[in-house]
Amino acid sequence: MAREIPYIQAIMEAITEEMQRDPNVIFYGQEQAVSDEDPMVVAFGRKRVRPTPISETAEIGMAVGAAMVGLRPVVELLMTDFILVALDQVVNEAARVYFKTAGRVKVPIVLKAGYGFAAGWSVQHANCWYNLFMGVPGLKVVVPSTAADAKGLMKAAIRDDNPVLYLHHYMLTLVPGPVPDGDVVVPIGVADVKRPGRDVTIIATGWMVQRSLEAADLLAREGIDVEVVDPRSLAPLDVDTLVASVEKTRRVVLVDQAPRHASAAALIAAEIAERAFGALAAPPRLVTALDTSVPYSKPLEDAVIPSVERIVQAVREVVQA
Amino acid sequence: MQPLPYPDRERALWIYRQMVRIREFEERVKRTFTEHPGMIRGHTHLGDGAEATIVGAIAAIRPDDYVLATYRCHGYLIALGSSPRAMMAEIYGKATGLSHGLAGSMHLADPEHQFLGTSGIVGQGIPHATGVALAIQVRGGDQVVLCFFGDGASKQGAFHESLNIASLWKLPVVYILENNLYQAVTRVEMEDANAAAGEPLSTKARAYSMPGVTIDGTDPIAVLTTVANAVERARRGEGPTLIESVFYRFSAHGNIIVPPPVPLHFEEHEALTIYKCADEYEQWRQRDPIPRFRAWLRGIGVSEDELVAIESAAREEMDDAVRFALESPWPEPDILQRYVYA
Repeated sequence: MAREIPYIQAIMEAITEEMQRDPNVIFYGQEQAVSDEDPMVVAFGRKRVRPTPISETAEIGMAVGAAMVGLRPVVELLMTDFILVALDQVVNEAARVYFKTAGRVKVPIVLKAGYGFAAGWSVQHANCWYNLFMGVPGLKVVVPSTAADAKGLMKAAIRDDNPVLYLHHYMLTLVPGPVPDGDVVVPIGVADVKRPGRDVTIIATGWMVQRSLEAADLLAREGIDVEVVDPRSLAPLDVDTLVASVEKTRRVVLVDQAPRHASAAALIAAEIAERAFGALAAPPRLVTALDTSVPYSKPLEDAVIPSVERIVQAVREVVQA
Repeated sequence: MQPLPYPDRERALWIYRQMVRIREFEERVKRTFTEHPGMIRGHTHLGDGAEATIVGAIAAIRPDDYVLATYRCHGYLIALGSSPRAMMAEIYGKATGLSHGLAGSMHLADPEHQFLGTSGIVGQGIPHATGVALAIQVRGGDQVVLCFFGDGASKQGAFHESLNIASLWKLPVVYILENNLYQAVTRVEMEDANAAAGEPLSTKARAYSMPGVTIDGTDPIAVLTTVANAVERARRGEGPTLIESVFYRFSAHGNIIVPPPVPLHFEEHEALTIYKCADEYEQWRQRDPIPRFRAWLRGIGVSEDELVAIESAAREEMDDAVRFALESPWPEPDILQRYVYA
């Protein structure tokens, strides 16, 4: 059985269910749980659910400390851009503890933050920073694109013994999708084929999965059968599934909402080039944001972020190459 | 040994033994640079001079309390009962080290002895200690966390954010600000507004509505008494305290920072090499906590023989740690992927 619920509701359901399952899970963040009627406060009490000051370094650093002695904190950081204030705690503290203690101290924390808010949030609140965190050994980075993945990956993130950066896409917040009933965990590090196809593979994450599926529908009318694959997790990255798809279709378009330079798309393209060069009938094609800041004005924002039209055009070119 | 709030004779001797063990360990680390060149890599920081603060504070806690500190970390582990062999082996990068050579001097950790580790980045371990205190509170425990850091760290945002939340939530943590008068090489009055104004650094506690006290960090009994009060306050659920413990480090901030093949070594303290204040250095040398506490123990009737026995045992123990570390094998690269993800 499955229910149709919005992406954000799926995320909150996962957190609530995990808090019911495990008393070690706590939840805190800025502007959270300020009312005594807040359902999380009602369900779990003020010890486990707290509003914090605007102190990202302490919020993340305290999660690291609490996790060292066995709690599983979920930190609501609101926007990925805000994490940059506390970059040390994410990349050089949380992700280093397990290694530097040779496995004697674990840091099971979830850093939850939205990203990619392409709705006029402009230069400092609409970025897609997952690429900054992909190259941090010890840190996991997940980017769910559907309500079901959002719920299942949050459950996996909370149960994971490592620091997990859980990035949910702001443009998907209210998008409904079928979510299976019961305790369904989506494993971290496993890609998912969102649409099977024969002619060309699109690899996309987050909101770009939705745009790629729209592009695939348009291309189907032209007789181009597109496979859309969502890595779902950028670290670790399920290169095997991505390569298997490309070896089947022999053509690949990589769609990424972040700027091209040092993007996830560029990294995946390199993996494919190394692993599946012989299978490729055409060079990989990247459809990314422009290498510029996210602007405020609607037509400018539209020009920066990959559109369905740009994806369609790139696929046509790859298929004709 | 079960810590007691106030030192009886046995407790006082325990304190002295730990202080001497720390000093002997640190002297062997320092000597390694000349006796076994190349054995210690990167950056190493010594706690000689800090013994009274380290041991006095740890003497005030229970075995189930927690301690977190900075990259200048050797002394805490020794006082908490870690193996000097495994510590020295880690500092030498050997397979038998606490972290099998993955971490080095700045990142010693020993959760079995309640030492959860350090951050090598100034001030960034303070929120970790505060988070351990949060975990204790969430679980309704009555343990306490000792959080050690330096004067330099008290200008980091991590310090201010942590103290605010700890006071706001009344977390069971005692912040011990080790003021050794130098940030690294910069003198504290050149970088701290309180110090420049002639006020103690514990003034910062007032901004976060918590008690702040400044103590003589060369006197282990003063440290023990003050920390014990703060620990009991924290245990009662009344929240954190900021204790500024003033002492002097006798070695430079760390060994010299140079690329290979230049051999590493410790220069003299910055007071001598940079500020040309031999008087200052000499005055603090006169207040060396170890001979000072030794004289106090003699004064309460401890025999010379008993003290000499403690001192020679510490020397033998630390010589053994060096031998063990030297003879230990190097780690194999197969551990590199084992500790990326849990």
